[in-house]
Amino acid sequence: MVSLLDIIGPVMVGPSSSHTAGACRLGLLARGLIGGTPQRGLLQLHGSFARTGEGHGTDKALVGGLLGFRPDDERLRDALQIAEREGLDYKFEKVTIADAAHPNTVRINVELDGRKATMLGSSLGAGRILVQEIDGYPVEVTGNLHTIVLVAEDRKGSIAKITGILAEHDINIATLRLSRKERGGDAFMMIECDEEPDKKAGEELRGLDWVRWTRRLPKVSGG
Amino acid sequence: MYKALADAIKDAEREGKSLAQVALAAESRDQGRPVEDIRAALQRALDVMRSAIEKGLVGDLYSASGLVGGDAAKLRSSAIGPLAQTPFRDILTRALAVQEVNAAMGVIVAAPTAGGAGVLPAILTGLAKAKSVTDEKVVDGLATAGLIGAVVAERASLSGAEGGCQAETGAAAGMAAGAATEMLGGTPSQVGHAVALTMQGTLGLVCDPLGGLVELPCVFRNATGSAIALAGIEMALAGITFAIPVDEVIDVMGEIGREMDVRYRETAGGGLAATPTGRRLAKERLYQIKRSDA
Repeated sequence: MVSLLDIIGPVMVGPSSSHTAGACRLGLLARGLIGGTPQRGLLQLHGSFARTGEGHGTDKALVGGLLGFRPDDERLRDALQIAEREGLDYKFEKVTIADAAHPNTVRINVELDGRKATMLGSSLGAGRILVQEIDGYPVEVTGNLHTIVLVAEDRKGSIAKITGILAEHDINIATLRLSRKERGGDAFMMIECDEEPDKKAGEELRGLDWVRWTRRLPKVSGG
Repeated sequence: MYKALADAIKDAEREGKSLAQVALAAESRDQGRPVEDIRAALQRALDVMRSAIEKGLVGDLYSASGLVGGDAAKLRSSAIGPLAQTPFRDILTRALAVQEVNAAMGVIVAAPTAGGAGVLPAILTGLAKAKSVTDEKVVDGLATAGLIGAVVAERASLSGAEGGCQAETGAAAGMAAGAATEMLGGTPSQVGHAVALTMQGTLGLVCDPLGGLVELPCVFRNATGSAIALAGIEMALAGITFAIPVDEVIDVMGEIGREMDVRYRETAGGGLAATPTGRRLAKERLYQIKRSDA
């Protein structure tokens, strides 16, 4: 459904909603994954991001996102210099991710205090984004809501346990998607939430011994 | 939100309301947000539009490649030309100003996109100044523009990569023309004709930016797009009607966009981007950007 405020908006630093605002949001999501400004970032640009990214400030927008700047923050223009001051060691690479990949795609590898995270995402136009892969797991994160992604052993009652933990932390679930490849195989869950899941909720989920992997991603778009 | 302008016009006429009012009511229903909330967000967008115009008029901003910049100030201070000291000239200047700010990584409102962000603020704030229109009415104008843009997004496209420049500055011009027509007292049906009369003039417009950058010709397309919108407003307010219904004009814009060769859809493979000078400039300037960032 098209919203009036999507048409009259977003408020953003130019010049391109896909190459600048969308890139910034992808950077913000990668920052959310690692939980702060990374010490290291390897940004692998594919397609049009690689070809025309520099002229569109895609590099500045991605690094600005890693620094926590939003798409309307004028500091994006100086993000590369600010990154050096703040100890973010970034590097860009031009790569071909897959022939069929969306033309505005980037793989972001970040590192903070020995922790690592990897994310593959695309900027779809008009500032909309889609993250397709985190740490090698296939996902579909839009950044329109706070999102928890989780891989767990396929066992009875797992959903009840997880939704219970979220309810205890006063977090309302907006959407929940569940999939698994085979019976008894790993179950993949994607939970979009109205409220931001705090660190403690994330730790409790990670603490469940049948949860193999989980990540929290912040809301980076929408009103 | 509405999927046809004809439906919105019918509702507005039946309820004796403006298109802005029916658009705000629809948005409020869709998003579960009070109308006052939506109006406040549109007022913030208007504030950003005004500050972008102010920044752009100073004339000290240049794009990363140096291909564009300083022209809004040039047009503002020129005493020559048949439109000097008219609202028409002021609107062209404002359109250049916003787009120069955009190219220089300044803050703008993508309305509907960053590449077409100059037209709507230029038309609405320029006419508001010339005709002493209140901010409340300009915010109504933004709502009407949003409705028109939403219908274009639904039926055609708002992306140069999908539909060429007719989907960016063309759509922006249609949005601005409809919004301004209502702002200046036009009826809902006149708004529909203003959109149709404007967008018929941008059908087929290709997206051919040098080096794929939102700079050249984008900055100037926002000025020429504004001129076409002014023609649409002027004709619609005079009671001129366009025989092809507005929704059909929008549909055919989408159709032309889908059939447009990929070279003309933001890829820098055709049009001005592929002229000998276009290719040479893009190559030189992209090299310069790499050097200045190093």
